[in-house]
Amino acid sequence: MKLIAAGFALLLGMGFFSPDNQTSFIPSGTAAADSGKQLYTTYCLSCHQASGKGVPSLNPPLAGSSWVTGDKQRLIRVVLNGLEGEDIDGETYNNVMPGHDFLTDQQLSEVLTYIRSSFGNKADAVTAAEVKAVRSAGK
Amino acid sequence: MKLLIGVAAAGALAWMTSGQDPVPLKLPSGFTATVVNEGVGKARHIVVDASGTIFVKLSKLEKGKGLAILRDTDKDGKAETVSYATGYAGTGIAIWKDWLYDSSDSSVYRYPLKNGAIDESKRETIVTGLTFQREHGSKSITLDDAGHLYVNFGAPSNACQERNRQLGSKGMEPCPILEWYGGIWQFDGAKKNQKQADGVRFATGIRNAVALDWNPASKQLYALQHGRDDLHRLYPSLYTDEQNAELPGEEFLLVKKGSDFGWPYCYYDWQTSKKVLAPEYGGDGGRKVGICEGKDLPLLSFPGHWAPNDLLFYTGNQFPARYKNGAFICFHGSWNRSPLQQRGYLVAFIPMGKDGKPSGKYEIFADNFAGGEIMSPGDAQARPVGLAQGADGALYISDSINGKIWKITSRK
Ligand code: HEC
Repeated sequence: MKLIAAGFALLLGMGFFSPDNQTSFIPSGTAAADSGKQLYTTYCLSCHQASGKGVPSLNPPLAGSSWVTGDKQRLIRVVLNGLEGEDIDGETYNNVMPGHDFLTDQQLSEVLTYIRSSFGNKADAVTAAEVKAVRSAGK
Repeated sequence: MKLLIGVAAAGALAWMTSGQDPVPLKLPSGFTATVVNEGVGKARHIVVDASGTIFVKLSKLEKGKGLAILRDTDKDGKAETVSYATGYAGTGIAIWKDWLYDSSDSSVYRYPLKNGAIDESKRETIVTGLTFQREHGSKSITLDDAGHLYVNFGAPSNACQERNRQLGSKGMEPCPILEWYGGIWQFDGAKKNQKQADGVRFATGIRNAVALDWNPASKQLYALQHGRDDLHRLYPSLYTDEQNAELPGEEFLLVKKGSDFGWPYCYYDWQTSKKVLAPEYGGDGGRKVGICEGKDLPLLSFPGHWAPNDLLFYTGNQFPARYKNGAFICFHGSWNRSPLQQRGYLVAFIPMGKDGKPSGKYEIFADNFAGGEIMSPGDAQARPVGLAQGADGALYISDSINGKIWKITSRK
């Protein structure tokens, strides 16, 4: 199983991932933390940085952010649809947050669970069902 | 052993450091850095007038004000007297004849300037009504000898995708952003209340030119482009993390009327010295050239993501002769090199020939602003953002984190 997960991670890293493909590469029941981290590295790290501390004035921190550890629905909406021009915890940021609606419910739940439990954050997991509910409400 | 000592001595000679600063800048031998102020706010561009007064534009209001004015009242070499003026933040600032020009992200203003003081009651609005944008919103400015005003209109976009910075989103063709952004506009520097449409699109295809300056020796306009981000995140099958960290080049541009440097369709690969198609427009990872064939090339290029934030042509006599009319370039430092180490928290120098072109390679002039190797911009001690020249030929550098101001002098 581990080997398969690593294989998928490699595929992601090598860019065989196609945004149109809606099936998850990570079968449910695998180590979600590992794949959550892998997803973070692939899709989020360049802006929010490995430390989750972001880039001053450009990309907000996920570490200690009320948007990450607070209301799950708002969090899911931000990562699904993106965000622009919003003040984050009293600061302004000049970059834009792209939408990630090309990720599956399962992938989004894993990356969100990862950011809620990393960089010093301690909040509970996000399930695929919760992502699905927000995604369908937005359609 | 002897050899080792020799090397160490040469090293000490080559890198003179200033004494009192806890994070001393590294400078070439013969130059000294003095911290003239520890912090005046979130600094952007700076100018120094004939009286030695330093004007610092701020990106965030400090005590409700957007301009810090620094004086060395007791003549001890520190600019300890700080006052604040104007009610808007921004980036651009310039002195032209008896005027101080500055900009918010949506207007350009000017004030009569005399003996280190501006008259706020006589403010004139030169350009107004520009659309406020967060991404690449800095309205950097410079003026030519004839009094034309040049303003950067950075593109509110990375690569003109239908959905900005989103994986899988196509590049728009033609890119509609270029009509009002992604270039440098020219205005009449003395005419009030001009709208963008009253200006001329002087040059296009420049993603964001925070650094621009008129070169009084060659009588031409120059700028540096902030190259696009995220080749790897957006096109992982075409670019590795390592390629993403180095590409594209940060281009040093000679900007002529009608120049087109190719953004968003093209980017400059400094490793192959070619302007190539961006992946959003059919690029294949750096080989295909296509419509980039006819685009204007840079005079010289720096590695990726260093973020050139100011340019200054040195006209002073204090520095050794080889610096005369050369270009100092202030790099704010990278963020888009992740997961690799960040780079480019420095001031570089390009020697310039009589033909107005570089006469040699670029050199690192002032380094160690970050205070060591860093993985993320938040770990930097300081980030150089603005450059100015004093009447005595000293070079001033501002920092965007705390608004620290250095004065660089040389004993020639
Ligand atoms: C292109 C850069 C970029 C990428 C890639 C990116 N973000 Fe963001 N993100 C931003 C910016 C900029 C904002 C703030 C937008 C605003 O101020 O309106 C933001 C805001 C957020 C927020 C809400 C504010 C906060 O700091 O908590 C969350 C949560 C978030 N991003 C998570 C993610 C996750 C998870 C990913 C990867 C799936 C990701 N981002 C990818 C740039 C990015």
